[in-house]
Amino acid sequence: MTAIDPTAHLTEEQIEELGRELDAIRDEVIASRGEKDAAYIRKVISAQRKLELVSRGILLFSIFPPAWIVGTAGLSVAKIMDNMEIGHNILHGQWDWMRDPKIHSSTWDWDHVSPAEQWKHSHNELHHKYTNVIGKDNDLGYGIMRVDEDQKWHPIHLGQPLWNFINACFFEYGIAAYDLELGKNLHKRRRKNPEFRARARAVGRKIRKQVLKDYVIHPLLSGPSFLTTLAATFTANLIRNLWSHSVIMCGHFPEGVQVFERRSIKGETRGQWYLRQMMGSANISGSKAMHFMTGNLSHQIEHHLFPDLPSNRYAEVAVKVRALFEKYELEYVTGPLPKQVFSAWRKVFRLSLPNKKPKVKTPSRDKELVAA
Amino acid sequence: MTSAALRSRAWKLLEMVTTPLLPSDYLDLVSPLRAGADLRGRIEAVHQETPDAATIVIRPGKGWRGHVAGQYIRVGVDVDGVRLWRAYSVTSPTNRQDGRITITVKAIPDGKVSNYLVRRAKPGTLIQLDQATGDFVLPTTKPAKVLYLTAGSGITPVMGMLRDTEFQDVVMVHSAPQSKDVIFRNDLHDLVADKKLRLTELHTDTDGMLDITRLDELVPDWAERETWACGPTGLLDAAEAHWAEHGVAERLHTERFRPTVVVVGDGGQVTFGTTGKTVDADGATPLLDVGEEAGVLMPSGCRMGICFGCSTPLKAGAVRDLRTGEITEAEPGVLVQTCVSAAAGPCELER
Repeated sequence: MTAIDPTAHLTEEQIEELGRELDAIRDEVIASRGEKDAAYIRKVISAQRKLELVSRGILLFSIFPPAWIVGTAGLSVAKIMDNMEIGHNILHGQWDWMRDPKIHSSTWDWDHVSPAEQWKHSHNELHHKYTNVIGKDNDLGYGIMRVDEDQKWHPIHLGQPLWNFINACFFEYGIAAYDLELGKNLHKRRRKNPEFRARARAVGRKIRKQVLKDYVIHPLLSGPSFLTTLAATFTANLIRNLWSHSVIMCGHFPEGVQVFERRSIKGETRGQWYLRQMMGSANISGSKAMHFMTGNLSHQIEHHLFPDLPSNRYAEVAVKVRALFEKYELEYVTGPLPKQVFSAWRKVFRLSLPNKKPKVKTPSRDKELVAA
Repeated sequence: MTSAALRSRAWKLLEMVTTPLLPSDYLDLVSPLRAGADLRGRIEAVHQETPDAATIVIRPGKGWRGHVAGQYIRVGVDVDGVRLWRAYSVTSPTNRQDGRITITVKAIPDGKVSNYLVRRAKPGTLIQLDQATGDFVLPTTKPAKVLYLTAGSGITPVMGMLRDTEFQDVVMVHSAPQSKDVIFRNDLHDLVADKKLRLTELHTDTDGMLDITRLDELVPDWAERETWACGPTGLLDAAEAHWAEHGVAERLHTERFRPTVVVVGDGGQVTFGTTGKTVDADGATPLLDVGEEAGVLMPSGCRMGICFGCSTPLKAGAVRDLRTGEITEAEPGVLVQTCVSAAAGPCELER
């Protein structure tokens, strides 16, 4: 296997300079955060709540097909807004600076079966810190898939296109299991661990509430529309799951994204950490509406560089960050959603099989091991 | 089933529909001032009083329980998108017909909230409120003779009293830099014209600061008067000493807007246990400021150690009270006022 480091041309001094330039971009946004940003998130939250309320209201009459279609579409969008632009970003602490207890990472909860507390730990503390480090970042294939040649192949990976599809359909449960580190904790000895059991109970409670709301109460309130509302909420959850799964796959799985070895992050400097985030993430290009519906995770690179900057500012940050990629001759991995989703899926299929014998590949498409 | 029980059942059902949000999250969208909501208010008007002071007319939410003349309220306003809490005296009388309340704010240099309220606040803006509190109030039995000793914005709680309750014999000694700086000047002179008040207005730019011993000449019977004093620390310290010296300390009631910082300690590393944030703090910066700077959601109030709105469990280490120098060590159940406490070595707060 060829190992080409796409950052090999940078000196240590350049990497630190890059870090300082990124710090400056961050400082600029922080200094200019203000009223407009606060108004933005409040407007989005208010719009989401109204949309959800109206959609659920319409679904009370879901026995009529037009009501079903409009209500399901509205509820799907509302759930996507809740999870992506609102929930994910608030739980990142992007809006903590407002000091509004109602819009704060320590008080927020989302329309999702994984309790906010557990998600914050596995996502903010582990994934964002150890981005794309094999053996440290469980987001690399979520512990059920092999998404890089450097991950060891096992016969179980033959089924990974199927696992990935099932995971996409029930993504919120996948995340809940992932946040619980279910794979690791289901081992006999760990199962009895009181801390794990408490967390599992918390997940159970959250699932119960979510299921009761979507599949019992709301259908019951619909009276004669019981079954159609049940189908509608199931569909909305499915659409939300498929959508968020696709967006998130685009963040780190497309071709061109780098992964890192555990030893490569030992003694990592600020500049090197930034560089790893730059090389380990991929963007999605598209319209404003597209960015909004992905919760601005279409600006995955910028989000990974500055996870706690308000999401509405990533678009302007992206222009500056992209200029730095050019200045330092690094590849800015981006593309339209269908292309990136296809790229990620192709990788899931390709890596379900063991690595082929080494052969010469074109360097730009080659994305192997990096020693930082 | 009683109607209350029915209502609570219905509410529980609603909660199951709105989970993970609360029904109130939706109700707040349309009716933020309704009964049962967190206490809020809407700014209805801003009246300029002096070049740097303004009266804010607020329509309080349904949950407002009223105030006693002389009390203050905490208001939370969003300045540049950031929620900041400050305490201001209520300047409207308790029996105001339209149910509105007013606070009167003087813009202080670099004061984020005061400058916002005086210069930028717009009618229609929603603000957060807290119930009125404070014991700088009039007694239930009317004293025969009253003296109000005030300076600068210290007139605000007293104006609330003047507008609320009439006394037979009221004297006021008020200091301000110049006549244009006297908040409520027209109202005061109207009261004088109606013979409801005798006023000595001192302009410190020309007359100098009030020497407390001049009271004998300005208000010869001051020692017989029930006195309410509010103003800068210097004035209040002098008044307290003067009243004590003449053995009439019990007749003097004071209200301070700012804490007196006497001791500065060593500082140390502050851990916010719940959020997992750790920062270095010096021995002079209140833990409230330290937490806010670090992005921790800190409850806050008067920022001068009187309202206890900022009380936070101290889980480990020790803190120093900036007003007295007293050290408080962590023990189960120990709460500290973060606005007047600084780190005295490493410590951990439950936030």
